Amino acid sequence: MTRILNLDNHDARPPDAPPGEEVCLSGGCWADRRGLSPIVFDLNEDQQAILDAVREFCDDELVPKAEATDAAGVWPAENVAKLGELDLMGITVPEEYGGLGMDHITWTLVAEELSRACTTTGAAFGAHILCVEPIRLFGTDEQKKKYLTRLAKGECVGAFGLTEPGAGSDAGAVQTRAEPDGDDYVLNGTKIFITNAGEAEIYVIIANIDIERGPRGMTAFIVEKGTPGFEFGKNEKKMGFGSLPNRELIFTDCRVPKENILGRERRGFRVALETLGMGRIGMGIGAVGVARAAFEAALPYTKQRHQFGKPISSFQLVQAMLADMATQIEAARLLCLKAAYLKDMGRPFEKEAAMAKVYASEVAAFVTSKAVQCLGGYGYTKDFPVERYMREAKLFEIVEGTSEIQRLVIANLLLKEGS
Amino acid sequence: MNIVVCVKQVPDTTDVRIDPETNSLIREGVESILNPFDENGVEAALQLREQHGGKVTVITMGPPQAEAILRHALAMGADEVYLVCDRAIRGSDTLATSYTLAKAIEYLGEFDLVICGKQAIDGDTAQVGPGVAERLGIPQVSLAIALEVEGRKLRARRLLDDASETVEVRLPALVTVVKQINEPRHPPMKGVLKAKKAQIPVLDAETLELDPKLTGFAGSPTFVWKIFTPPRRARGQIIEGEPEEAAKELAQKILGLNVISIS
Ligand SMILES: Cc1cc2nc3c(=O)[nH]c(=O)nc-3n(C[C@H](O)[C@H](O)[C@H](O)COP(=O)(O)OP(=O)(O)OC[C@H]3O[C@@H](n4cnc5c(N)ncnc54)[C@H](O)[C@@H]3O)c2cc1C
Repeated sequence: MTRILNLDNHDARPPDAPPGEEVCLSGGCWADRRGLSPIVFDLNEDQQAILDAVREFCDDELVPKAEATDAAGVWPAENVAKLGELDLMGITVPEEYGGLGMDHITWTLVAEELSRACTTTGAAFGAHILCVEPIRLFGTDEQKKKYLTRLAKGECVGAFGLTEPGAGSDAGAVQTRAEPDGDDYVLNGTKIFITNAGEAEIYVIIANIDIERGPRGMTAFIVEKGTPGFEFGKNEKKMGFGSLPNRELIFTDCRVPKENILGRERRGFRVALETLGMGRIGMGIGAVGVARAAFEAALPYTKQRHQFGKPISSFQLVQAMLADMATQIEAARLLCLKAAYLKDMGRPFEKEAAMAKVYASEVAAFVTSKAVQCLGGYGYTKDFPVERYMREAKLFEIVEGTSEIQRLVIANLLLKEGS
Repeated sequence: MNIVVCVKQVPDTTDVRIDPETNSLIREGVESILNPFDENGVEAALQLREQHGGKVTVITMGPPQAEAILRHALAMGADEVYLVCDRAIRGSDTLATSYTLAKAIEYLGEFDLVICGKQAIDGDTAQVGPGVAERLGIPQVSLAIALEVEGRKLRARRLLDDASETVEVRLPALVTVVKQINEPRHPPMKGVLKAKKAQIPVLDAETLELDPKLTGFAGSPTFVWKIFTPPRRARGQIIEGEPEEAAKELAQKILGLNVISIS
């Protein structure tokens, strides 16, 4: 369950190996000339230390109250504050901006643990990172000092606003207008479904300065909560994640200073795509976390539940379910880690991220459904968490690009590669 | 304020097994952890530092592998840690340990407060904290459930069986803490990374100028005759009937045991 693919393992080099015997492969992988495999399925020491510490935190603090967190119907402020205290809110942010400065492999591992322990907290963390990432990638030094530092230290939470009533899968159809006026841009329009809305202090908003030119006019802005003309609309009632706010962002003549443009004017589509690229790995691994939670609930149950005078785990058809669940979880995790690795290496990872997202989200749907199956009628009741996992898993097939859109992305890239 | 916390590495189990041959704890196959009460001590020290500034130094006396708990303390946020380790201190009982720790604390210089856990979950003696205070010649407050520092005064609430009492002492002083005092923090990741790379300084017998007669086997007058798990106490006898009758019968039984007498 916890074997990890990590192609970026500096510690794999045996410390006492004579210098002539080894070669450094691209990406800091070490191999000796006798043909040691450069693919290393182990974590380096830092990654392992962080994973261990995060697991302990999750088991002590998140798991025991995960049910209550979901039932409360309110934003899990305390959990999110803890993530800040633990330095996780800026896990990939460079140390000079108050972050932990870790790689995306580590972020992926941590995101899985959070999602497994408390799906709601994991999702809030995921949406926060969607605000951190574009500022990290495209922010000026001033913007990073002003916003990234606070986000990284967990002093405030972030959110990412792209989707609109008329722009879901068709992200290029954004209608939120940004019109220049003196030193400001004036924003008008409505975003919908925005995770962390209302609770977050800092928003990366994709607007359009030139609607006629579609994606070519799209521009990203950093907007602070409390800016006059920026309000929150209704909170969606959903089939899962009842404690996670998904609200409208309503902009009415909202003035945002020009220095809050993220990246450059007309480069907003690129900002959105880069953010979603990382977000897809995040959604994929979030789905792996939910799947794992469901599997970890099902496995011990099948050993305890007796029918026909035996534990149900002794029936081969039940065993087949367990085997399929575990195998798919493992495969989904490896896809996510591979995409994270490519991102760390600075190589194209769009296709792999889309593969990871579509595969992992469908694995989560399958695994959580099978977990309910393993528990039979009890699985269908609210006495066990597996029915909740099943409802929650569905989200991952929709959010940040539906499964259909992921397949389009993958096929597009495959066909381009081929030509 | 300068705070020194004394911590111990213990086996991670409340169900400590004893080797009947050697009368010592079986440590094989049992994970080692920072003694839970000591973790509360580290947390208490960090909270006092957050309120009053200063420095938190954590020390342990133990074998080389005890440095793992010092790394944990560093990860939680301790400023400095020291491992007191030497062949000469092996076999120390609570008396010799108290002496050795007191020498280490003196060696480290000026301090305002020493914090220990109430007791270690392996030996359960609760003697080392008070012993260190005696050696240092400073006031001690055991079983603290709350600490408050005001100038040179420490106010501590002590947890008693059915009550609590608040006492005030002058600093420097030593307190031992119970687990109800706080919820130890999970280490922040920056701490985890820092602690992993840290060099752990070792203080040996020579550095501490330990008197060989007062530490290690030589300094340990405790003789362990036998360690055993006490048999479960049998269920008490219940005297049924009307209260007056039952009380009479009970009195008679007690008198019959010759443990009290009525003059
Ligand atoms: C809980 C939740 C949280 C969210 N959080 C955020 C957030 O924080 N920020 C944000 O910006 N957005 C967020 N979203 C929005 C989310 O990203 C969109 O819902 C998603 O991209 C799908 O868009 P849509 O809902 O408009 O569906 P539609 O685009 O209307 O899709 C409907 C169906 O049509 C299919 N379809 C559409 N176009 C095609 C095509 N060309 N070919 C084949 N099939 C197609 C889709 O796959 C889908 O099956 C969130 C949504 C939810 C439910």
